[in-house]
Amino acid sequence: MRLIATVAVRLLRLALVVVCVAAVSFGLMMLSPIDPIDAYLGPQMAQVSPEQRDLIAARWGFDEPPVVQFGHWLGQLIQGDLGVSHVYDQPVIEVIGQRFQRSIMLLGSAWLLTTLVGFALGVIAGANENALLDRIISTYAYLTASTPAFWLAMLLLLLFSVYLGWTPVCCAGPTGTLSQDVGLATRLHHLILPVATLALVGIANITLHTRTRMLALMNSNIATHAFAQGASRWDIAWRHGIRHASLPALTLSLASLGELFGGSVLVEQVFAYPGLGQATVAAGLRSDVPLLLGIALFTALFVSVGNLLADTLYALIDPRMQKVAP
Amino acid sequence: MLAIEHLSLQLPYYATWWRRRWAEVLSDVSLELHPGEVHAVVGASGAGKSLLAHALLGLLPEPKQQTGRLTFQGQPLNAARQRQLRGRELALIPQSLDALDPLVRSQRQVSWAAHRAGHARSDAWRAAGQALTHYQLDEHGRQAFPHELSGGMARRVLTAMAHVSRAQLIIADEPSVGLDPQQRDRVLVALAALAREGKAVLLITHDLRHALPIARRVTLMRQGRCVETAPASAFQGEGDTLTTGYAQALWQALPDNHFGVAPTAQAQDVA
Repeated sequence: MRLIATVAVRLLRLALVVVCVAAVSFGLMMLSPIDPIDAYLGPQMAQVSPEQRDLIAARWGFDEPPVVQFGHWLGQLIQGDLGVSHVYDQPVIEVIGQRFQRSIMLLGSAWLLTTLVGFALGVIAGANENALLDRIISTYAYLTASTPAFWLAMLLLLLFSVYLGWTPVCCAGPTGTLSQDVGLATRLHHLILPVATLALVGIANITLHTRTRMLALMNSNIATHAFAQGASRWDIAWRHGIRHASLPALTLSLASLGELFGGSVLVEQVFAYPGLGQATVAAGLRSDVPLLLGIALFTALFVSVGNLLADTLYALIDPRMQKVAP
Repeated sequence: MLAIEHLSLQLPYYATWWRRRWAEVLSDVSLELHPGEVHAVVGASGAGKSLLAHALLGLLPEPKQQTGRLTFQGQPLNAARQRQLRGRELALIPQSLDALDPLVRSQRQVSWAAHRAGHARSDAWRAAGQALTHYQLDEHGRQAFPHELSGGMARRVLTAMAHVSRAQLIIADEPSVGLDPQQRDRVLVALAALAREGKAVLLITHDLRHALPIARRVTLMRQGRCVETAPASAFQGEGDTLTTGYAQALWQALPDNHFGVAPTAQAQDVA
């Protein structure tokens, strides 16, 4: 019974968050100076008479007040229909589906790499405070923590794609090839640089937080007591450190689960990688309300699920977080 | 078993941002511990009791300046030997209960201590269970996390961790602090039992009264110095056999005795 109640409360909260996110995104789009009809017509704007414009507006429902428009959208959402994107001229759900498949390869591998390597480096650095290894790792972390991802992306692109020619310059596959004809090896080859950029930059955050937690532990009574039992630094880092340091690492890593979906806009722009980040930019610039709302919706969903996972795992690792059974 | 001769310890502090000075926190401390006895070290907060314990185990962080000689079982106890014997021959029952890892069940923590003391991995778990049973922790207590234990139970888990190491010298740092009389007596009886097994127990406490029933000898410390080492039997009546004014004044200041502040103690404080 308690489980059902907990799940119900969580779901209700999730629905509320999703509606709020949608409402705020919709409001922002209404305030946007970009007119969706102008953006749709593009250069043909001059050839269209005001009457024809009104027809388009009526066809898309732009003649109604914003609240009614939002009501329409919500009503369709409940029936499972996210509407049609006018930028891609496809149902929103299909656009998101296609883009997500590409984004998930890029962001999933970057996320996994970031979490694992960042955590390991943080534990190693924190267990050996002020040793050479710690200094190297910390310097690296501080440097990359203050490096913009797009700038590093451009540097890597210059070095590996332009100068050395080891990696492709853009896109998710060779230009002029249909995406279903691209083999796995080629796909991975196109993934290397974007993944490397995201991982190199993302590691710093997790490393620094893990290291701080490790330092606190290594200077705590727990560590002194373990030293008194004859434990080595590695023994303490392995047995006590990993448990304690995994708490901040989990929070950070799962909170960034939302980025998995939202996509890294800047990095995808630099590498011209056709993921969700690019679709978001296109939707924003051309006032594609249904697509943008759809993306915002799924991003909110991912963030919520990430936080839910973090909450659950926290209670598993730290028994003090568990509620006492009544 | 353990002889401390003229142990002095200096720790650094910064008088200004860049000028490092050394503060003498232990000066010329000498005492001797024998197997089978509880030796109490009594002193007020800041007397250097815990520093003495950490210095014996080599747990103090660098930089430090330490002079004097430590001898354990006939051989000099230097940093390398301290590292080697920690957890095997030398054990510490720490002062604070947050020395227990809050994320680990008690039997697992004790088994880690056993493993670090040289038990084989399979044997360590069994030894941990035995040690906890020995200190009257039931199945629930063995599987509990530290925050689920009472202060007395947590203290007994810490004692079990020292016991499972089979160390010959056990340093108990304020083991009875914050416990009700019943729990405190249980902890003190456990320490006395360790001494009866032939181990040497160094009992660090600020409360002379609790140390006397189980201790054979008592060393009083004050501001990093040994004031006096006397047999526990000297603390009775008016304390006439005590040789220093501080020891006599401390004895007479206890509520069970005169509860008074002796003029000598006042004079010393003013000076």
